[in-house]
Amino acid sequence: MSQIELHGITKRFGDHRAVDRIDLAIARGGMTVFVGPSGCGKTTLLRLIAGLEDPDEGRLLIDDEDMTGTAPAQRGLAMVFQSYALYPHMTVRANIGFALKLAGMARPEIDARVERVAAMLHLTPYLDRRPAALSGGQRQRVAIGRAVVREPRAFLFDEPLSNLDAALRGRMRVELRRLQQELGTTAIYVTHDQAEAMTMADRIVVFRDGRIEQAGRPLELYHRPANRFVAGFIGSPAMNFLAGPRAATFGAAEIAIRPEDLTVAAEGWSGTVTVVEHLGAESYVHLVLEDGAPLVLRSRPGEEPANGAKLRVAPVAAKVHRFGSDGLALG
Amino acid sequence: MKRGAAHRIVLTALAWAAALAVAFPLLWTFITSFKPELEAVAFPPRLTGVDWTLENYRTVLDEGGYARSALNSVVIAGASTLAAMALAIPAAWAMAFAPTPRTRGLLLWMLSTKMLPPVGVLMPIYLIYRDAGLLDTRAGVILLLALGNLPVLVWMLYTHFREVPGEVLEAARLDGASVVQELTQVLLPLALPGLASAFLLIFTLGWNEAFWTLNLTSTEAAPLTAFMATFSSPQGLFFGRLSAASILSILPIVAIGWFCQRQLVRGLTFGAVK
Ligand SMILES: Nc1ncnc2c1ncn2[C@@H]1O[C@H](COP(=O)(O)OP(=O)(O)OP(=O)(O)O)[C@@H](O)[C@H]1O
Ligand SMILES: [Mg+2]
Repeated sequence: MSQIELHGITKRFGDHRAVDRIDLAIARGGMTVFVGPSGCGKTTLLRLIAGLEDPDEGRLLIDDEDMTGTAPAQRGLAMVFQSYALYPHMTVRANIGFALKLAGMARPEIDARVERVAAMLHLTPYLDRRPAALSGGQRQRVAIGRAVVREPRAFLFDEPLSNLDAALRGRMRVELRRLQQELGTTAIYVTHDQAEAMTMADRIVVFRDGRIEQAGRPLELYHRPANRFVAGFIGSPAMNFLAGPRAATFGAAEIAIRPEDLTVAAEGWSGTVTVVEHLGAESYVHLVLEDGAPLVLRSRPGEEPANGAKLRVAPVAAKVHRFGSDGLALG
Repeated sequence: MKRGAAHRIVLTALAWAAALAVAFPLLWTFITSFKPELEAVAFPPRLTGVDWTLENYRTVLDEGGYARSALNSVVIAGASTLAAMALAIPAAWAMAFAPTPRTRGLLLWMLSTKMLPPVGVLMPIYLIYRDAGLLDTRAGVILLLALGNLPVLVWMLYTHFREVPGEVLEAARLDGASVVQELTQVLLPLALPGLASAFLLIFTLGWNEAFWTLNLTSTEAAPLTAFMATFSSPQGLFFGRLSAASILSILPIVAIGWFCQRQLVRGLTFGAVK
């Protein structure tokens, strides 16, 4: 059922392996999100899939066909760049229709398809404008329209929403997801924002330093992180990490507990409240334990302790994530 | 406020002085071209009581050769610029969008050939041209000027191309553009203002080229620069006629420059306004 397969894909820049022996299968029709900190190789991997870079090692299959050295245009993939990369000298209409024109499609059919895509993306009033005369959100939609109109085998999105303001980003996220499901086209979506990854993905692939740390469904990663890095990366606010004797009582080198899995208890670790964040539907209480270790716990509104209060907290035992000294999850 | 006004007057005067200093030789040539030969060499020169005449222009045009030289100038400057463009566009494209660690050095090395005084290679080139039958041919001059101006042109285009975001070209590649389509439909339209100014500069350099045209042409392929020089010899200096010939030689390039400049300004504002 996989449409795109990577086998041992490696890309070096000098001595640095930006992408390091990646094996991955991308499911047909789904939204796969590549997430990871800045510089971990997400963009490079996407460009390798698109054919804009050639891998130093490894093979790439698309629809069971070896496409490792194939020219970008022959792969049938459409990419949306972070910078949008619109053609500034062309109107919106020409931008969206450019690929069809190059493919030698007849003018009336190009027009019909461009109009249909423009209507879908609410771009109809802007068809005769140039990109310079559009807002950021409109440019973004033109870039998406340019990808959609080609009816590609898969979409490649490289942080397409990162240049938009927060409100618009939230809206576009949902719109993009809806569009992708409607079309049923395979999509790879790159972001460094774990919240975006969680909301959009059918499947998340977490990268670090050119390697895959874990791949799985969003809640799988949330509830069963394979290692310390994924545990810290997925979820906001981040997990609480504790080492030393507190971890030892759980038989681990280090333990991690989500803020919602900590409760105020009669028996537990004692600490002092330093900051209380009121978010409305919930609050986050920041504590410092006796030995200086920081801790965040989620609290229902109206039940937060006061600033400076001393209290004891204990984890829900079943929700404690345990890690060995190598950083991998235990049992 | 008073000081501001005085300040402005001084600055304006300075600007006018600078502009006059730059334009003075041209202005003087223009005036001299309408003087009879005796007046033209008179010292101190006079501006009043001169018997203004078109005689110099008549002589220059009657003597023949102007039309052919003008045509040669257009052909030589035009063809050498187009040929240089044809070579420089792909070269600058490769250097701007697929740079290697040696690209910078290669560019500098190309440019360094322009630091050699041309007279240093006059002898070998003259001999090669003689043996190849290229002396006094348009093709010979075109070839030399095209290659000679190539480094400057590559450098200029490289600088302009670097301002075009590479991702736009990559988007075109993903959209299915061939190399030629990527160049003609995306890169060149985007770099058009830079392309036009580079064209104008190289065309002007070709038009003004005197060293090689004087040394490698005599009659058949002589452009206006060589035509002009014929008025400084052999019967001695005729300043009036020389001036008239000079004015006739720069007229076409001034017209072309003026026209291109208007196009250039239009091209630059077209995208922004529309
Ligand atoms: N053309 C290049 N030449 C040399 N090094 C490069 C090149 N492109 C990327 N790199 C390096 O490869 C690594 C991965 O870069 P990449 O752009 O793929 O990261 P990323 O995960 O997309 O980061 P971000 O979230 O900041 O976009 C980085 O260390 C980067 O410096
Ligand atoms: Mg990136």
